[in-house]
Amino acid sequence: MTCTEFLAKMTDYFDGTVDASLLEEVKAHLCECSHCEVVVNTTQQTIQVYRDHQIYEYEMPESLRDRLRTAIMEKCRGSRCK
Amino acid sequence: MTAIQSPATEEIHPDVALVERAKAGDEAAFEQLIRQYDRQIFRIARHITQNKEDAEDIVQDTFLKAYQKLEQFQGNSKFYTWLVRIAVNESLMRLRKRRNSKTVSMDEDVQTEDGSVPRDFADWTPNPEQQYGQGELGDILRKTIQGLPPGFRSVFTLRDVENLSTEETAEALGLSVPAVKSRLLRARLQLRERLSRYMKVKDEGAK
Repeated sequence: MTCTEFLAKMTDYFDGTVDASLLEEVKAHLCECSHCEVVVNTTQQTIQVYRDHQIYEYEMPESLRDRLRTAIMEKCRGSRCK
Repeated sequence: MTAIQSPATEEIHPDVALVERAKAGDEAAFEQLIRQYDRQIFRIARHITQNKEDAEDIVQDTFLKAYQKLEQFQGNSKFYTWLVRIAVNESLMRLRKRRNSKTVSMDEDVQTEDGSVPRDFADWTPNPEQQYGQGELGDILRKTIQGLPPGFRSVFTLRDVENLSTEETAEALGLSVPAVKSRLLRARLQLRERLSRYMKVKDEGAK
C-alpha cells in the first residue's frame, strides 16, 4: 500500500469502517511508514483538541439560553396567530 | 483512535413524541426541544459563521423556522439532523450576507487536489494542550479554523466536533456519503497542516 492509498483510507480507519480485507494492509502500512504514522497521530490530536476545546469554549451561558428561548417562543406564538 | 460512529437505532426516537405534541400545539413540548438542542445549534452556527452575534440570531431563526415548518417534518430523519440542516443553511446565508452577496455554499473553495500526501516527519510533542495555555490555544484554534472554507468547516464541525455520524452529516449538509468522507479528509488534513505551524515537534526523527 502506498502513502496515497493509505491516505484515501484514513477517514475510514479513524471511523473503524475499513473493510476487513483491507485492514491488515492498512495496519501493515502504518507499521512500516513512520511518516504516515505521524500524519495519523497529529491528525488525531487535531480532532481531539478541537473537540475538547471548542465544546467548552462555545458553551452558552444559562442566562443567554433563557433569553433566546423566551424570544423564540414569543416569535413562534406570533407566527401562529397570522 | 476509537470508533466515532453512532450505532444505528431502529426504535422510535423520543423526539418523535415531542414533535407530535408540538404539532398539536403543545408549547411545552417545543420548548423542551429547544432546551435539548439550543447549545448544539449555537456551537454549530458559531463554528460556521465564527461570529457570536450571528450564532445567537441563527439559534432563534433555526427554531422559528423549524416551528413554522413542523408539519413538513415527516420523521424520515432524526429531528436533530433536520434542525442541523436548517441551522447550516441559515449559517451559510449569514456568511453570504456578510460578504456582500458573494456566493458562499457547501462547494466554495473545496475543489482542491484530493489525496496529496502531507510532508511531515515529526510528532507534536508535547501535545497542543501541554504546549499552550487555554487562552492562547483558543486563539490559535480560532485562527486556524477561520482559514478553512465554510464547506470544510461545516463538515469538520458536524462530524468531528459535534460527533454526528457520517450519514447524519451527509443528510444535514445535503451531500452524499462519499462527498462527506472526501471533504472530511481534506478538512482534517488542512486543519492539521495549519495547526502544525504552531506546534513544536519532537527532534528525534525529524529530517
